Amino acid sequence: MIYELLLNPMPWYVAGPLIGLTVPLLLILGNKTFGISSSFQHMCAAVMPKKFPYFNYNWWKDGRWHLQLSLGIILGGVLAALFIPENYTINLSNDTVSSLQAMGLTDLSGFVPSELFSWSALGSLPGIIILVVGGFLIGFGTRYAGGCTSGHAITGLATLQKASLIAVIGFFVGGIISTYFILPNILG
Amino acid sequence: MRFIIAGIAFGFILIKSEVVSWFRIQEMFLFDSFHMYGVIGSAVLVGLIGTMLIRRFNIKDTSGNEINIKPKDNSLTKRYIIGGSLFGLGWALVGACPGPLYALIGTGYLIFIVPLVAAIAGAGAYGVLQSKLPH
Repeated sequence: MIYELLLNPMPWYVAGPLIGLTVPLLLILGNKTFGISSSFQHMCAAVMPKKFPYFNYNWWKDGRWHLQLSLGIILGGVLAALFIPENYTINLSNDTVSSLQAMGLTDLSGFVPSELFSWSALGSLPGIIILVVGGFLIGFGTRYAGGCTSGHAITGLATLQKASLIAVIGFFVGGIISTYFILPNILG
Repeated sequence: MRFIIAGIAFGFILIKSEVVSWFRIQEMFLFDSFHMYGVIGSAVLVGLIGTMLIRRFNIKDTSGNEINIKPKDNSLTKRYIIGGSLFGLGWALVGACPGPLYALIGTGYLIFIVPLVAAIAGAGAYGVLQSKLPH
């Protein structure tokens, strides 16, 4: 019964509040302000020279909890894999399906399009732009902005910070440029 | 240990609610579905109520310390506009923000090791260039 329930996708009105609870939970568990992209900084601080102020702090003392949280998220992904049925396909809106097909994507099964997210995609220019350039921008942009979806969009907006509202507007400016201009051009 | 457990719960929810999906992120930026907005919006609302209750009732953390929420630097603007937009470009390309990068690797989409390593390199590049960038 519970197993079958867990096989279903989690609706937004269950997932959203549970994700929101992470903010007070981490504050109560250890006075920690929720955020995930800081883990990138700590991994760099572990190996980069201390002459750069950005890496000059005790990453093990200050950052260990972020790394533990990140490790937990990986393990949470392992656990969730046990509850994903075979031939899983996301119930996308018809308009999105049409837009994706117009970009030449044929396989809309699973969590990500297999045509873009495979090791062989690394041999093509669109694959490199998406996987390598896109990844680099995630790390560079979140650290430049001082937070990602968890730190700004959730924690920052929940604590009514002007900085986070500006950052979230930036997230959407960039996201819309990629979605409407870059992806259709590199895939089309 | 408690942060690993919190992470496991968080990662599990990210996968089961499909917010880790490149398809869902496309759908969000195409404004075709309420799903992502529902998740983020209700998360913000619950986070807002949770932090208000902590302040209102002066709730302490598990070690008995006063809880302080680390504020962002609200005196700056440029870093949020430029950095935020650069992250947004990457978010829509990869279809994942930092949390989902980790979760997808755990679920077995090992190709996401590539954008994760690239993201760590991006954070390193920011640290090196920090003093030269407008904030």
